[in-house]
Amino acid sequence: MSEVGITLDSLLGQLLLGLVNGSFYAILSLGLAVIFGLLNIVNFAHGALYMMGAYFGWIALTYFGVGYWWSLVLAPSLVAVFGMLVERTLLQWLYKLDHLYGLLLTFGVSLIIEGTYRYFFGVSGQPYPVPELLSGSTDLGFMTLPNYRGWVVIASLGVCLGTWFMIERTRLGAYLRAATENPKLTQAFGINVPLLVMLTYGFGAGLAAFAGVLAAPIIQITPLMGNNLIVIVFAVVVIGGMGSILGAVATGLALGVIEGLTKVFYPEASSTVVFVIMALVLLVRPAGLFGRET
Amino acid sequence: MTFIRKHAVLIVLAVLLAAAPFLFYPMLVMKVLCFALFACAFNLLLGYTGLLSFGHAAYFGAGAYITGHAMTAWSTTPELGLLFGVGAAALLGLVFGGLAIRRQGIYFAMITLALAQMLYFFCLQAPFTGGEDGLQGVPRGKLFGLISLSDDSAMYVFVSLVFLGGFWLIDRIIRSPFGQVLKSIRENEERALSLGYDVDRYKLVAFVLSSAIAGLAGATKTLTFGFATLTDVFWGTSGEMVLMTLVGGVGTVLGPVVGAVVIIVLQNELADKVGSWVLVILGAIFVINVLLFRKGIVGEIVSRFGQK
Amino acid sequence: MKRIMFGLIASTVIAISGCSKSNDVDEKVTDGEIKIGVLTDLSGLYSDIGGQGSIVAAELAVEDLGGEVAGYKVKIVSVDHQNKADIAAQKVREWIDRDGVDMVTDALNSAVALATAKVVAEKKKIMMNTGAASTRLTNEDCTAYTIHHAYDTYALANGTGTAVVKQGGDTWFFLTSDYAFGHSLEADTANVVKKAGGTVVGAVRHPLSASDFSSFLLQAQNSKAKIIGLANAGGDTINSIKAANEFGLTKTQNLAGLLVFITDIHSLGLPVTQGMYVTSGWYWDLNEETRAWSKRFFDRMGKMPTMINAGVYSTVMMYTNAVRATGTDNADVIMEWLRNNPQSDMFGTNMVLREDGRLLHDMYLMQVKKPSESRGEWDYYHVRQTIPGADAFQPLSESRCPLLSGQTG
Repeated sequence: MSEVGITLDSLLGQLLLGLVNGSFYAILSLGLAVIFGLLNIVNFAHGALYMMGAYFGWIALTYFGVGYWWSLVLAPSLVAVFGMLVERTLLQWLYKLDHLYGLLLTFGVSLIIEGTYRYFFGVSGQPYPVPELLSGSTDLGFMTLPNYRGWVVIASLGVCLGTWFMIERTRLGAYLRAATENPKLTQAFGINVPLLVMLTYGFGAGLAAFAGVLAAPIIQITPLMGNNLIVIVFAVVVIGGMGSILGAVATGLALGVIEGLTKVFYPEASSTVVFVIMALVLLVRPAGLFGRET
Repeated sequence: MTFIRKHAVLIVLAVLLAAAPFLFYPMLVMKVLCFALFACAFNLLLGYTGLLSFGHAAYFGAGAYITGHAMTAWSTTPELGLLFGVGAAALLGLVFGGLAIRRQGIYFAMITLALAQMLYFFCLQAPFTGGEDGLQGVPRGKLFGLISLSDDSAMYVFVSLVFLGGFWLIDRIIRSPFGQVLKSIRENEERALSLGYDVDRYKLVAFVLSSAIAGLAGATKTLTFGFATLTDVFWGTSGEMVLMTLVGGVGTVLGPVVGAVVIIVLQNELADKVGSWVLVILGAIFVINVLLFRKGIVGEIVSRFGQK
Repeated sequence: MKRIMFGLIASTVIAISGCSKSNDVDEKVTDGEIKIGVLTDLSGLYSDIGGQGSIVAAELAVEDLGGEVAGYKVKIVSVDHQNKADIAAQKVREWIDRDGVDMVTDALNSAVALATAKVVAEKKKIMMNTGAASTRLTNEDCTAYTIHHAYDTYALANGTGTAVVKQGGDTWFFLTSDYAFGHSLEADTANVVKKAGGTVVGAVRHPLSASDFSSFLLQAQNSKAKIIGLANAGGDTINSIKAANEFGLTKTQNLAGLLVFITDIHSLGLPVTQGMYVTSGWYWDLNEETRAWSKRFFDRMGKMPTMINAGVYSTVMMYTNAVRATGTDNADVIMEWLRNNPQSDMFGTNMVLREDGRLLHDMYLMQVKKPSESRGEWDYYHVRQTIPGADAFQPLSESRCPLLSGQTG
């Protein structure tokens, strides 16, 4: 425990930081939820796709001089294309089988991606600078917040809200929801369900990559960065239940904040608190906080 | 005659094991046996009950650490040490399994993974595990206080017996009425439920059995090598276990054994400077296996050559 | 100069030993070959600090020896233990039982090194560890066949702690990885800081592989300590340094990395690491000899060597010196000879091997250069202070090694 006292200031500061982390959890669990909703596959490769997004940003900057803002758009697009390729060539054969095979396949894919990146880039990682516009920090009174972190919260929330809007309020989203409920019927109505599936996986991959680019200036970009994160995101998803979009986002944010609080009061436990909560939720409400069925 | 027919597999294995140390490096064979037992235990859950536990290394590691601790801190004899390890693993299986069973399919897998991660962090920090350094210097001790296991040959016989015993136990479980119910749960859980079986209870028992045997494998491994490290509870080890079972053949008795042999030998060979391609190769095997060879090696052989 | 000396000694010894041929198997080099095994991590977390570089370092040594010593060929074998102690132990046993390996070097990763030490002691071969940091190798788990080269957690804590306090950094706050390694690094450094007259203002423990350090660093910032000691390693250190910069910590406080390698600095970049204090057992830019050797290394690897790589080179030289001098590869004889004969090579001068297996050599306190001060890639350190070997490492009086109380190893 820190010998420095816990003041209101430091508490508020930690809460804000927790929000920043929660934003990452939110985007990543959102991507997982979207993919699971339609494909019924737990995308173990999500962490690897996140890592690919970050690396894209680094490669773009180092070799092509392409800056952060472009990467925010390009990385998700390219990784989405990659995701769609994976879906078409590998995943689509598994839909008729037990869902577990999807988990296993994406696990294998994540190993391949990670191994390849490790081979080319080593494990120490690469640095990525904070973009000019967002550098520096703002004195909020109770803490000095680096501007970039504030941007992370805004960008994540924006993307999450945008996704929610698209799925709940647009026609495309309506098709998606219909296909999730009853793919055969939707297909019978003339909607190209396989195309929708492919696009959905790509979209999920893109979300992961977006989170990766957001993360690049904050943590060291290494091929291992997806690993630890993915297990926590899984726990987040189990807690939230994969029933609703807003549920995934809310749970991600909440857990980030809770983790932040733990870091103040009992820092040693901050890595396991999410799992403990998961165990508790399982005891009390097995379907998850926002889940619909078991 | 029927005795031999019934136990044909076991007898063949015993013969192979007797011959192996003359052909292969004994330590390698012992390592394979430990992991093969682990894989068989895992297969009991996946192949026969239809439950994918993605955090099975937790029980392997629990067995490994507790036995290591018993041998070093309490100076027990090896068979007692094993007993402690198995007991700990079974207990852990009861707790974790009880939690995980509340959900099914994908959720079950993810929960087992998350719980195993918790154990990993616990092992990282608990003083008795030695953290990153691992629990080192575990003696092999004297079996029943009489037979010293320090000699590699004696240890080899011991490990072979443990393996054969565990394998036989799993085989019996599978063939028993209990095993039949497990299979029916795997095929169609709702129907089993409607037939009046307390499905959750069966699943939990299977889980505990599986984790106990996994713990036995981990404990034996600790005795063989003389240490227990964080790798034993690491989720990558769980993943490798899944791979072994998959490659060998899920739902076949020999599949996990074959899978363990293949993967461990591969890893051993790849240790000779392939670098990060190890991951890629393992991942590729996963992918190819899931797409094309879902039955696994033994499964393919069985389906090709008819009834067995 | 040193080479000529050794050449003279070597030829004399060869001449003498050539005259006294003995049929006793113990006196000759078994199987007519000297095989040295580089046990390293080629694919995992530590591949950058050891890895392929260690193999290359060993090969450079063989080249410098002309491929043979005292008439026996010198061969290098290597294995990727993939950061798994059981693969390492397995392979080492095979090496010794089947392949006639006489000495194991590198041994990256403490669990691997500790397990290997036991195997090697059992089989009466030698392990010269350069990769692992754990002081247990020369304390609880010491054997008569272990040599701990390059660095250990005590020397790092000692070096950075004492030297930094003397440079004015007398108030410390620790950011500690919450497991045994982090705790002992923190404890060792805290002791040293207090002994040197400094104060420890506070500490916060973070979980291993925490990706986000912002909250912990906030606490560090609030402590107003002059120095923030990073009692962690690898990815955690890198991420904490990054975050420290982001939060403007480095403007008012200085970082002290307790386990940092030059490859970490390289991957972080100077703008973010400048001013940080680091202790190391070796640096490529120390003198002419290290520069020349490092250039050869660079030509092959495309990056500069770490102290672990350099250590591997040194262990090969030390081992072959001993073989040349004693005419045998009998482990007991070699260890005895090494204990009585301080070694000097590219790594260090007058390196003394103690009974607990600790090799004493100079350590260096470095400070990371500002970007403006650096002449280019890999030119990262100012050498602020040389800490003599006798002072840098844990004193023998504090050692918990069972060998020291007179028990046979």
